[in-house]
Amino acid sequence: MVKKGEWVRIHSTVLEAAERTAKLPEDTQACPLEMWTKGFLEADAEIGDEVTIKTASNRLEKGTLIEVNPYWPHSYGKFIPELVQIDKQLRDIMGGGER
Amino acid sequence: MTLAKDYDSVMGRSNDIMKKALGLDYEEFESGSIAFDYEKLMKSTGYTLDEVTKIQSRTGVGNTPLLELRNLTALARKYAKPGFGARIFAKDEAANASGSFKDRRAACAVAHAKKLGYKGVIAATSGNYGAAVASQAAMQGLECVIVQECFDSRGVGQPEIIEKARKCEALGAEVVQLTVGPELFYSFLSILEDRGYFNASLYSPFGIAGVETLGYEIAIQCREVLGKDPDMIVCTNAGGGMITGTARGLIKAGAKDTQLVAASINLTGLHMASDKQFNMKSCTTGHTGFGVPYATDPDHSDVPRSAARPLRYMDRYVTVSQGEVMYMTEALANLEGIERGPAGNTSLAAAFSLAQDLPEDAILVVSETEYTGAGKHVQPQLDFARDNGVEVRFGDPKEEVPGVSVVLPKDPSFFKYVEADIQHFRKSLIKKACKGHDLKNISDADIEFLVQETKTDTEFVKNVIASL
Repeated sequence: MVKKGEWVRIHSTVLEAAERTAKLPEDTQACPLEMWTKGFLEADAEIGDEVTIKTASNRLEKGTLIEVNPYWPHSYGKFIPELVQIDKQLRDIMGGGER
Repeated sequence: MTLAKDYDSVMGRSNDIMKKALGLDYEEFESGSIAFDYEKLMKSTGYTLDEVTKIQSRTGVGNTPLLELRNLTALARKYAKPGFGARIFAKDEAANASGSFKDRRAACAVAHAKKLGYKGVIAATSGNYGAAVASQAAMQGLECVIVQECFDSRGVGQPEIIEKARKCEALGAEVVQLTVGPELFYSFLSILEDRGYFNASLYSPFGIAGVETLGYEIAIQCREVLGKDPDMIVCTNAGGGMITGTARGLIKAGAKDTQLVAASINLTGLHMASDKQFNMKSCTTGHTGFGVPYATDPDHSDVPRSAARPLRYMDRYVTVSQGEVMYMTEALANLEGIERGPAGNTSLAAAFSLAQDLPEDAILVVSETEYTGAGKHVQPQLDFARDNGVEVRFGDPKEEVPGVSVVLPKDPSFFKYVEADIQHFRKSLIKKACKGHDLKNISDADIEFLVQETKTDTEFVKNVIASL
């Protein structure tokens, strides 16, 4: 059970694939236009329920409840060995490689 | 009565929604033919350069440092003919409140929204502009919604775009995230209509007037520190606002001889609206996918007439590769001790090789830097590229195929900008502007307008029209 007032993320479909009207490449045309946003849950609900939330800009928005206390999973990325090669190369060229 | 909110109904009300959301009637500037009164549109902000400067300085925007990149200059000179290799400077726009030159545009738009009594602002952007609008809205006490094209159909997003969503939220905005597609405009309009917010468009005259202070500051700082105007300014080009505003500011400062070069990352071949190709690009802004269509058809934006009209001002248009920009981002951090994000480094990568064509006493200014951080850094972007099957390797950047490879220069001698055919873009603009008009009844005023639009002359415009 997710309680009223919790900070959640919701998902909805803005346009089904068949409803898309813009001139689009085939791959995009085959996909629905989907939307995600976040806000405070207006009433107790379960994950997967159709819910209403109040967003940061005080809008009421409807969608499927998908996440409670959503967070950003992005990071600084895995190691890219080329980057230290660039650093070394530049220091060598500028005369700071061997001190 | 509740208004119908289906796609066709909302799009059908587009003009009315826009009028209410801008406090500006674009019909005032129309002539009924090809020409429209661009200068009158720009004057419609009602703010002088001085007033814009005051608006910006109230919220930590503007008056950013001009940094001489001495080590990058020294490096460039190693690959230049004797006596060549201009002094490279960067206008450190990362020093603005939310970390990019976009604060200049947002400060102006949000202040105007507040003055007119709007309760909130909305902007459609995946880039730094969202953070700028969110930051200004927070400072000036308005509500804020940012609508973002963010994910492919698998729900996967570019680290650079996700980072900007994070930043917008951190600054208190609501972020609405959508999958790929130009129908984003429908969601944007629908929210705009529901909330009665101000459309803080990048392409409104407020957005462009805000950038004029940037060009003005560059001229004044160069005069104060170096005793002369810059010989060349390189601007990263996407929607064209940076180069338009910078050029207009330079003109206001009386700097007439500065050459303006637009620089974009070459992403030719990648379709901007393709679900699959969306995540195959390793730079989400400052590339030809925006740069070329906006330059040749400025009015295909989110306002009836775009105030960003880059072909009016640019002298040259050059492209660089993703690999060059990534290498340059690393070089800037390592050699100059400042870690900055990718967009400004597009112009820096171009500047590094453009400087080698100019004499040592020439002054070359890169018009912006931008903040970096998790997601926007070169490491997550290259990692994301590898994860998506894009090959990352050293070699000759000329071998790079957008969406297939990111080729980092083998060494700094492999940096080489590619001159784009600006005449072709100018012809393309004329062709698009004339579409739907009777070619036999094009007036002198239309011709003069197209001369201004393309920074050319009557003969050029007439020849292009004759060839249509």
